[in-house]
Parts: sequence; C-alpha cells; structure tokens
Amino acid sequence: MPDPVKLTIDGRQIEAAPGTLLINAAKAAGIEIPAFCYYDGYSLQAACRMCLVEVEKTPKMPTACTTPVAEGMIVRTDTEQVRRARKMTLEFLLTNHPLDCPVCDKGGECELQDMVFRYGAGGSRFIENKWHVDEKQWSPVVFYDGPRCILCFRCVRVCNEGMGVGALGIVNRGSVSEIAPNEGDHLNCDECGMCIDICPVGALTSGTYRYQSRPWEMDHVGTICTHCSNGCKTTLGVRNGEILRGNNRDRSGINGEFLCIKGRYGFDFYNHPERLQSPLMRVNGTLQPVAWSTALEAVARKFTETKNAGGKFGVIGSTRTTNEENFYLQKFAREGLGTNNIDHHRSGDVVTLLDALSGRANASLATTADLYTSKAVLIIGADLSLEQPFLAFQVRANFRHHAAKVYVVTPEPVREDKYAARSMRAAGDPIWGALDQMRDALANEAELVILFDDSIKGEGVRRLLEFGTALGKPVKYVALVDYANSRGAVDMGLTPDLLPGYHASPQRGLSLDEMINAPDLDVLWVIGANPLSRADLSASSPFLVVQDMFLTETAERADVVLPAASAYEKSGSFTNVCGEVQRLKKGLDVMGTKPDLEIIGLIAKEMGLAATVGPWIADRVFDQIRRTVRGYDVSLPVIATGGAAQTAPVNGRISSTGRPEMIRSVHNDLFASGTLGRYSKILNSVLEKTEGEVEPIEAVHR
Amino acid sequence: MTFSPELEAKIERMFSQYPPDRRRSAVIPMLMYAQDEIGSVTRELVEEVARRTGITPLAVDEVVTYYSMLHRMPLGKSHVQICTNISCMLNGGTELWEQATRRLGIGHKEVSADGKISLEEVECMGACSWAPAIQVNYDFYHQVTPQKLDEMLTQLGAAR
Repeated sequence: MPDPVKLTIDGRQIEAAPGTLLINAAKAAGIEIPAFCYYDGYSLQAACRMCLVEVEKTPKMPTACTTPVAEGMIVRTDTEQVRRARKMTLEFLLTNHPLDCPVCDKGGECELQDMVFRYGAGGSRFIENKWHVDEKQWSPVVFYDGPRCILCFRCVRVCNEGMGVGALGIVNRGSVSEIAPNEGDHLNCDECGMCIDICPVGALTSGTYRYQSRPWEMDHVGTICTHCSNGCKTTLGVRNGEILRGNNRDRSGINGEFLCIKGRYGFDFYNHPERLQSPLMRVNGTLQPVAWSTALEAVARKFTETKNAGGKFGVIGSTRTTNEENFYLQKFAREGLGTNNIDHHRSGDVVTLLDALSGRANASLATTADLYTSKAVLIIGADLSLEQPFLAFQVRANFRHHAAKVYVVTPEPVREDKYAARSMRAAGDPIWGALDQMRDALANEAELVILFDDSIKGEGVRRLLEFGTALGKPVKYVALVDYANSRGAVDMGLTPDLLPGYHASPQRGLSLDEMINAPDLDVLWVIGANPLSRADLSASSPFLVVQDMFLTETAERADVVLPAASAYEKSGSFTNVCGEVQRLKKGLDVMGTKPDLEIIGLIAKEMGLAATVGPWIADRVFDQIRRTVRGYDVSLPVIATGGAAQTAPVNGRISSTGRPEMIRSVHNDLFASGTLGRYSKILNSVLEKTEGEVEPIEAVHR
Repeated sequence: MTFSPELEAKIERMFSQYPPDRRRSAVIPMLMYAQDEIGSVTRELVEEVARRTGITPLAVDEVVTYYSMLHRMPLGKSHVQICTNISCMLNGGTELWEQATRRLGIGHKEVSADGKISLEEVECMGACSWAPAIQVNYDFYHQVTPQKLDEMLTQLGAAR
C-alpha cells in the first residue's frame, strides 16, 4: 500500500489513499459534497457543477468529483462562496425544469428535490418562459421527459459502460441539449431500465410505473428475482396488494445497481388474466373450478389409494420453487409416498462439477463477487450478456475497473468479444481445441474464473477441471443453470438418485424422461414445471396433479390443478447459480392461491402424513435444511438480514453421475423466461417492439 | 460508402496520425472533409464515419448535432455566413444580416429556392479587426458595407 495522503477538509485532518477523489475522501470523513453527475463506478463527467469546493491556492473552485487528493491540500466545503455556487448551480438546473413535482414519478425520492431543499435558493432570477418539449416514448418501458433532464450523463454512462450497450447519447448543445436514443426516435437495447434507476430526476421514467403511485404509498419489499439463476435482489413496490414496480432502491443486494428487464419489469405475470385462482378438477372430461378442500381431498385419496396398492408415482419438481419447497417435496415423495421417482428439468451439470471439485487443490466454486474481482475470466458456451445478465455485468465491471482479462469461447459472436483479451468461436468438440490454443495465455493469469454452460457436461466437466488444474493457478468455477432456483432444486435432492446435499439415494428412481415414457405410471405429480410442453404423455395415462400459476400444456392435461403462489407471494430461500443462498420476502397475496409448501403440506396432512413430513413453515423447513443438507449450514444472520451466503457442498465424493445426458439448457435470452415469460406482457411487448413497430405513446395525465 | 481517392488518401493519413486505439479522434475532420465533398452530413455518412472510427452512429450524432458547422441538410452553392458577434455587431453586422435576409427572403440556415445561396448567422470568426466580416464558403470578406454585400449577393446569383 502506498502511503496515504494527508489533507485538511473543513479544518479536519484526513488521510486518504493516493488517487482518491476529493468527493470520496470527504464522504469517508462524513462530509457531504453534493453532486448529481458523479456516480461511483462510472467514468467522471464533471457535468453538473454541483460539487465545486474551495481548495487553497487554487484560484477557481474545482469540481471535487474530478480532483484527486494531494498532500497538504486544504479544502473547504462549507464557505459562503461554496454555498453561493451551489445555489446558483441549482438555479441554473431549474431554469427549464418544469417543477411538476406533484405529478412526477420521482417526487419524494428525487435527488434534485433533495438538493434544492438542502442547498438551493428560495427564488430564481429567471423570468423567461421555460423551454418545453413533449415527453417521448422510446420503448414499451422507457419514456423520456426532456425538460426534467439535468444532463448529468448518468444514463448515458450506465448504458455505455455498465451495460456495454451504448444506446443513449446527448445531442444538440446548450439549453436545448437532450438525451437521444440510438434509433432516432426509439431504443434498440436490452430494455434493462438501468437508465431509469440511475436517473437522479424524473427525466427517464418506467413504462409500467409512470403516473401510478407516490413512492411513499408503497411498501418496498426486497426479494429475489424469480426469473434467471443469477439471484438479483429486486425491490417490489407494493400498494394495496398490487406490485407497481420492481427496482433496485437501496442497491443492497449482490447485484448492486444492476437489474435487467426481467427483474425490473418481469413481475407482471403475477396478475395476468389467465392466472389460476381456483383449484380445478376434471369433471366429465373438462376442468371445473372446485373448492380447495375438494381438490386436496381428491388428491390425497388418489395418492393414498395408489400408495396402498403399491402403485407407481412420478414427481416432477420445479426450478422456481424455494429450497424449502423442494426439500419438503422430496421428503414427502421419499418418506411419505415411498418413491424415488423424482426429478426436475436440469440445465447445467452442477453434480459433476461438485464431484470433480472434491479433494482438488486450487479449485473451488466462484461467487458472483469473484466475477468482479478475479484477474481473469473464461466464458464457455453461453451468450452471457443475454442469458446470465448479472454475471455479464460483473465481468464487464471487472474489466472496466480492474482491467480483468476476459476469454471467450462461444458458438456465436457475443457482447464480451468487444473487450475480450481473446475470443474464439467453437461449439461441441472444437471447444477443446480452442481451449488448447488459449492454454498458455490462461496459464499466465494469476487466477481464473471459468463459467461454462450445458455444452460442457459429464466427462466434459472433469476434463475441464483437469484443464483448469493443469494451469497451475487457482481456478474457480460456475456451472451455468437456467432458472431462479435451478441450483437449489438439485441441492435439495429433486433427483432420482441423489438425496439433499448430494448423498446417494439407496435406490435410484425414474428420471424425468423415464417417468414421462413409463408405461405403468399411476400418478404423475408436477409442481411448477411444464414437461408436457416438449414431451408427450402417451405411454401411460396416469392421474395427473399439477401445481402451477397458469394452465400450461401440462396443467391442461391434469386431473387436478392446484393454483400456486409465485415467488413474490411467499417466503423461503433461493440458491443462485453461484450457490449463494438468499431469502425471499413475501410481497403480496393473490386470492385463491397457496404457496407450494402449503399445498404439499396440506396434501400430507390430508393423507395423515403430517408427522412424517413435519410442519409446512418455511423457517422450520429451512432450519432442517441448515442442519441436514451438506453445505447449507450458512450463517442465519447473513441470510435473515438480506445477505447472500455461499453454500459449498463439496469435498465429498458424489456416487452418482447425475445423468448428464439429460441436462439441457433452454438458453433463455433477456426477453424470455420459460412459462413466466410467456405470461409477462412486458417481456412480450418488448419482443414485438424489436421485431416491428414501437407501441403508440400512452395517454398520460398531466 | 467510398469517398474520392483524394479524400480517401487524406483519411488514411489522418488515421496514421492518431494512436490505433484512438480512431475516434478522426470523427470531426472526417465529417468536415466529407461534408465538403458530399454537401451535407447525410445519414449514410454518419454511419460510415461510425464504422470507420469504431463508435456508434449515435456517438457521431452527438458530434454532428453539437457543432454548428456540420450541416445535416444540403447548403446552397454559396454558403454566406454573416457574423453578428460583438465587434461585427458594433460595426453593422446585424444590419448586414437583416439586409441579406430581406433580399434573399430566407433566414438562418435556410437555402434560396434556386439552391444558389444559403444563409447562416454565425458567431465570431476571428476577424474582429476587420469587422464586420462575412465568410462565403471558405473565403473571407472584411469591412463589408451594405453596398459591398449587395454586389456580393448579385455576383453569387441572387435575384434583384
């Protein structure tokens, strides 16, 4: 560490590392220097002029956001001159600002409001008419109100640097400058809404939230996104049992300021008109609404009969239900129904990775934070920016801040190519050839994180770890998986041959495909999955029980359909792609639905098996998971306070192959998310937009 | 798109003067030279400059919309730029500007119907010592009087 620099701010002796910006040195000392355009982690702009401070022996006041600390520097942030400068800066910023705060989305959480309140003048000398242009719709989710804009360039930088998209720019000059989208009158981008979140004022607003609510009318529920496997925290704005927005209010999750379109807007499946809100039972060939008690009783009766007759069960679990639900389900299946015929849709070879890591020196699982700190990253197969957007964001930030070396081996061109140290195109076996060519470069890196998708599985994973170990450097791995709790599903033993924590099951049951194709299945119980969307249940006609939010292809065939709660409507925990456990927080109830945990518990109770499976209380089940599932003895305070704790169920051989040939990723892009994506109006509207016209601007009240 | 061999050579030389990872430095000169050749900064040109410098078309647009000497619409054959900044204003620049707009019947950044003359009210051209100053394309005219302007416009083909 170089010696710290000593300086004086407002009469206080302060030490800071060389190169620290004045604004941050002051912040560390508890002295606030106000700024709009400065945003930690993005390039410096010095556009807003709000952070001007007095520096002794400097004739003009410099911007604290671009001035590094220097030895002996004497800084004053609270003099008459500084206060006057701030007042005048705000006076200028408000010159054309419409002051429509009473109807502005940002009102109440607006940085400009807060700044004017603290530092602004009471009046303005400007008496001219304000410059006005009408607001513009740039996409189904992004609206721009030019006069509100203070031209801080935050959106431009976050889009360009943070997302690597570069869809926003600033055109024109002076007071008629404005933000412009890349396609002239509309945006062609990730539709992530990062620009909206980072906007200090109400210039960029969200298509779903605009003019819906005042921020203080909502409860802000920080939970985990239910879409992809990255495990971003999304804060739901809930008012009167309605989700009005998803955003990243306090940036307290593992994802920092990041959220993609799914985390920000993709919650809207929850109130889709086709959402199931009553149990359905097949009566005279058609599905009819029935009372919960009727449906549960019918399921319990059939389950008991089948069990007593020694019949064959098949249980297909979900990649979107919580760890608690998955654990409880497999316990019920194995101990209550006496079957090992339990599986789920697997999308990455976690099993072989964990087994291959056992006892291997210099090799471990990566966390999402490692992607930001590791000196080098190797991406195999996946189009990371589209399929694993937060992981890609971490890698980009790592390149930007730490000049990380990024290596890419993918079948198609990817966004990472732009800054990669080396990019190669390969799929299937040629991947190994590409890796061989990269070997020397990779061996020169101090450390490495390797991310691989389903193009590497089974023996391929072992080969990859051999490759990694041969580099002679510490290597961490991520087996990419598709959905919010894909990782948790396999950890919790939703597999025919592995119990929770990867202990071998004494008896191997049927896999997902085997169940579907079994000629003698008596009962098929599907929880939060849609296997019949891609397979036909023609070999047998079992009694089909489906727990889901929608009448999927599978549910349409069911004898009993039980309407399930979404992840935003329940408590529990998810384990993300890197094995980090995070807690869900329930945001709302949807009438007529129940969380899967409760549904399973009620079936067990109805069957007289309540004592076998235990109480269906998420906290109690999690406690059991912590005590019994390898790797899940995570710190409760960390989880309970909204943190992420990595589980590392390694260092014990896994005595099963996990049947890697059944692993297949659906490679959802930014705008697809399996069944949930099909029922999200926003995700679909953006899709239509990229293929055709922009939707007309909606009527707004002013 | 391709430019004339002379311009291509000029651009080639330009790029050789900047570091390889600073190709965007050539954006402004490329736009200026190409505008002279094409007549205006067309959409096609913006995209071409973006392609050659490795930045997005939007980033080129930021430059084009910022600088008043880059024109997105074609100019007249003679582009008459009249300074009304302080020195010129004090010496009759504003009157010259009004005279020109009256005679041509066009305003700021507009082109006469026959396409012969376009007008632009410009800021300081650095000719304060010889104010009021007018620039036609790349030629300067100093200490312009109303009479001189009248003759000048006639020579450029303005109708009486």
